[in-house]
Amino acid sequence: MTIIEGKTGPWEMVIGLEVHAQVIANSKLFSGAATAFGAEPNSQVSLVDAAMPGMLPVINEMAVEQAIKTGLGLNAKINLFSEFERKNYFYADLPQGYQISQFLHPIVGEGTIILDLEDGKTREVGIERLHLEQDAGKSLHDQHPTMSYIDLNRSGVTLMEIVSKPDMRSAEEAGAYLRKLRSILRYLGTCDGNMDEGSMRADVNLSMRRPGDPLGTRTETKNVNSIRFVQQSIELEARRQVAILEEGGTIDQETRLFDASKGTSRSMRSKEEAHDYRYFPDPDLLPLNVDADWVESLKKDLPELPDAKKQRFMDEFGLPVYDAGVLVADQETAAFYETIAKGRDPKLAANWVIGEYFGALNRTSGANLTNAPVDATKLGGLIDLIADGTISGRTAKEVFEAMWDSGKDAGAIVEEKGLKQISDTGALEGVIDQLITDNPGQVEQYQGGNVKLIGWFVGQVMKATQGKANPGMVNQLLKKKLD
Amino acid sequence: MAVDKDTVARIAKLARIRIPEEQQEALTGELTEILNWVEQLSELDTEGVEPMTSVVAMTLPQRQDVVTDGDCADKVLKNAPEGAHGFFAVPKVVE
Amino acid sequence: MSKLTHLTLTEARNGLAKGDFSARELTQAHVEAVEVCRSLNAFITETPDQALSGADVSDERRRKGDAGVLEGIPLAIKDLFCTQDVLTTAGSHILDGFQPQYESTVSANLWSAGAVMLGKTNLDEFAMGSSNMTSYYGGVENPWRRSGSNEPLVPGGSSGGSAAAVAARCAMGATGTDTGGSIRQPAAFCGIVGMKPTYGRCSRWGTVAFASSLDQAGPMTRTVRDAAIMLRGMAGHDPKDSTSVNTPVPDYEAAMTGDIRGLKVGIPKEYRIDGTPAEIDAVWQQGIEWLKAAGAEMVDISLPHTKYALPTYYIIAPAEASSNLARYDGVRYGLRVPGDTLDEMYEATRGEGFGAEVKRRILIGAYVLSAGYYDAYYNKARRIRTLIANDFKAAYEKVDVVLTPTAPSAAFGMGDKMDDPVAMYLNDVFTVPASLAGLPGVSIPAGLSGDGLPLGLQLLGQPFEEGTLMKVAEVLETAAEFDALPQIIS
Repeated sequence: MTIIEGKTGPWEMVIGLEVHAQVIANSKLFSGAATAFGAEPNSQVSLVDAAMPGMLPVINEMAVEQAIKTGLGLNAKINLFSEFERKNYFYADLPQGYQISQFLHPIVGEGTIILDLEDGKTREVGIERLHLEQDAGKSLHDQHPTMSYIDLNRSGVTLMEIVSKPDMRSAEEAGAYLRKLRSILRYLGTCDGNMDEGSMRADVNLSMRRPGDPLGTRTETKNVNSIRFVQQSIELEARRQVAILEEGGTIDQETRLFDASKGTSRSMRSKEEAHDYRYFPDPDLLPLNVDADWVESLKKDLPELPDAKKQRFMDEFGLPVYDAGVLVADQETAAFYETIAKGRDPKLAANWVIGEYFGALNRTSGANLTNAPVDATKLGGLIDLIADGTISGRTAKEVFEAMWDSGKDAGAIVEEKGLKQISDTGALEGVIDQLITDNPGQVEQYQGGNVKLIGWFVGQVMKATQGKANPGMVNQLLKKKLD
Repeated sequence: MAVDKDTVARIAKLARIRIPEEQQEALTGELTEILNWVEQLSELDTEGVEPMTSVVAMTLPQRQDVVTDGDCADKVLKNAPEGAHGFFAVPKVVE
Repeated sequence: MSKLTHLTLTEARNGLAKGDFSARELTQAHVEAVEVCRSLNAFITETPDQALSGADVSDERRRKGDAGVLEGIPLAIKDLFCTQDVLTTAGSHILDGFQPQYESTVSANLWSAGAVMLGKTNLDEFAMGSSNMTSYYGGVENPWRRSGSNEPLVPGGSSGGSAAAVAARCAMGATGTDTGGSIRQPAAFCGIVGMKPTYGRCSRWGTVAFASSLDQAGPMTRTVRDAAIMLRGMAGHDPKDSTSVNTPVPDYEAAMTGDIRGLKVGIPKEYRIDGTPAEIDAVWQQGIEWLKAAGAEMVDISLPHTKYALPTYYIIAPAEASSNLARYDGVRYGLRVPGDTLDEMYEATRGEGFGAEVKRRILIGAYVLSAGYYDAYYNKARRIRTLIANDFKAAYEKVDVVLTPTAPSAAFGMGDKMDDPVAMYLNDVFTVPASLAGLPGVSIPAGLSGDGLPLGLQLLGQPFEEGTLMKVAEVLETAAEFDALPQIIS
């Protein structure tokens, strides 16, 4: 919880998020036109999407399925009866003059989502509802001095609007909510979560209150298209509201637009006033009745979701909560980790994936789990060499760098560079005996009680063996000979 | 229920229909007459009656998720009063 | 006037089958009839070239033995059905120049059954009206005149052009659409048969929408058998319309056995309305006698919520229309009146593009759906709609069909009732209740008024019992022996 200390006392922020998530489907919600991103203008538009006279909507069963799966993933109630209504307003990129949406009877009711916070703690946020609706087209305002251009490719694409309860208390929690929601949607395969392509957008509802007071008047900041901007807009809006409230003013319930480039927001009240959406059930459609058996079968086929996977990683692999949380954030990473952890020391595997491997991915532009030069098998091979004493952990880092640069496997690099650890007692004893003979002063000091000097001896052995000596054995042998 | 000129103007704005000043008075009268006439419904008690959405006694049919349509920009744009570069064109919208 | 145009659709079908004449000859005769009757203003667009080339294709198909159920029959299409590359106006200025790049399912079904298109018929703007006077393309004259009078009369509406064209022998049949009586009332006014099928029987895809939960296409013809043949060619399940019902289309002619002995006919007492002209009551009584004589049993029934049907309809239909007509915004097709801003362009386009009645209904519709009025008006009307549908359900426990007059008067003058919207709405008093309940209904010419105008009787049926309706309607038709001709061709 973030408490803002104002001049007149503390303020608490209350945040709810409405997320529009584009459903993964081949065709649109009510027409058979394609949904791919970035096509030629008006090429993915059917006569239905263009609202030609007499055109009628027919619902895509995949859209319904994806909504149900998402609802199940949010531990939510699936409404077997739901209804589509028309939201009436005029805009150039809304060809019908109404958006088909769900209002009184959404397909998904209340659910919950568990936030993973920075400190490893979790927090539950309520889901109010999820409903299906059509996306609008796109207006381009900067192509012509006096005209706006309209592209209807997005018109009619399926969106899920996922509405949270006003359960968040800080920008950090809002960020965690969006990350977790995106993670769940990606696990389910119901939305790709790409905020930069607009397939996930957030509206932020925010109000301020004195801790313990009832809810204050909220504002809605529209269409914020990255997690960072959501957090920025929250900080900005909270400060704005506090400034007004501290001066004794009141907050207008209004829609605001966040300008990420300027870091400012402004009221869209002029538009808001004229809105009276006149929702009513779409007479071109019938109520949607979902078969309970279908819901059950979808439930059975759900993948293991992040929370369950995290718990399993903790139970099965003994991972700390933070490591488990990081590894399950997306499905590919989790699968990558599991491939490596299988039959190996799971904690060592987690350290390598989260440490060296993520580090290398972040350093290498354009690299991801599928195209990286080191795959799970190769990373596993490297860890095996550590485990069987062939190389030391320190050498392994060097080997990993070489693997990343060359794409070769660990064994080949160890061989090539002669990095194999010396674990031969005889060879090491020779080196140690020589060392003792050459440095009687240090031996005397050590035996006189300066036990820290053991480190110096180890260093000398490593130096003499170009770092290839097995450090464990060196320690052991040194102690045997010196003590 | 009588409507006044301001209400008619508000609704006309909502419906994006320009009503010339000289027609507003007459239209207000006509709409009031119609609304007064439908007002007789209020005498009927409809407590507990479900509102009807459709007379068709069936559930919403669902289609398969297959791309069967689109890729017909020429047809979509054929009747456009104004267009350019494959877009529809409208007076510039300032957001 | 060629004799071929006086054949019924059934006779023409049989004549074509026997080779008495070709589709080309039959179509040519009708193309000429359309020209002769231009003074009626029944057509907005004539398509003679398309008709004649279509007839040639039809003759060719017949030679190959591929004749459909309407092979070679020239039909007129209400200008509410979108027709590929042929101007489609809905009787409105706002659809100026609109050439659909698609064909409505109903007209496409007719063409694949072999029919030939003569042109697009006039109608009330967006099918909103009971007189055809709201058309941007001007009123349609009823082919009938009162005896000894030259006053032009309305053909009824909204399918006024279709009714006039069929009555004047310009077309063997025409498509109509019926939202609150728009097939049945003009059929009665013009002395022809008009059937509104069960909601969901004919696809709405590609038909300009007025009120989606009520709109239904149907045939307008000169005989009941003609209607049966034509409906078979129009109807059918359409996966592109979510409200289209997936039940097979029967051969309606097969149901027309002429035997209605023991059939129970409901006579609803609420349809006896004060102020209805005596001759309307008389024709209703006559209908009762005819059916009794044919062996049917009359049953007095009550449809208690009848009086609320009209106001209910005039909330629901405008509410849906206000939303359905939002797409006419000057952006993608039709009229655009320039404006400096997007909103100014919208308001100018819609202000100029829509006529007075359409504007009234859009405003009423927007009002009853707006914040604060939704429950009092729109939801109230939807609840009463449930009660009205339940009235019929209860009645059909006791009877097979219901007999009523079609309209409360005969055709009226072209200038009448224009300044009184509510008086105009009352024309639909007998047709609207079945529309709200989604039930099939048919109007049959049953006699003439004192001043020589046709009067219609309406039969209402149970859902998807169009066959039963056809059977009873044909019995009435036989008994009525309606053979009067409108003045324009007599």
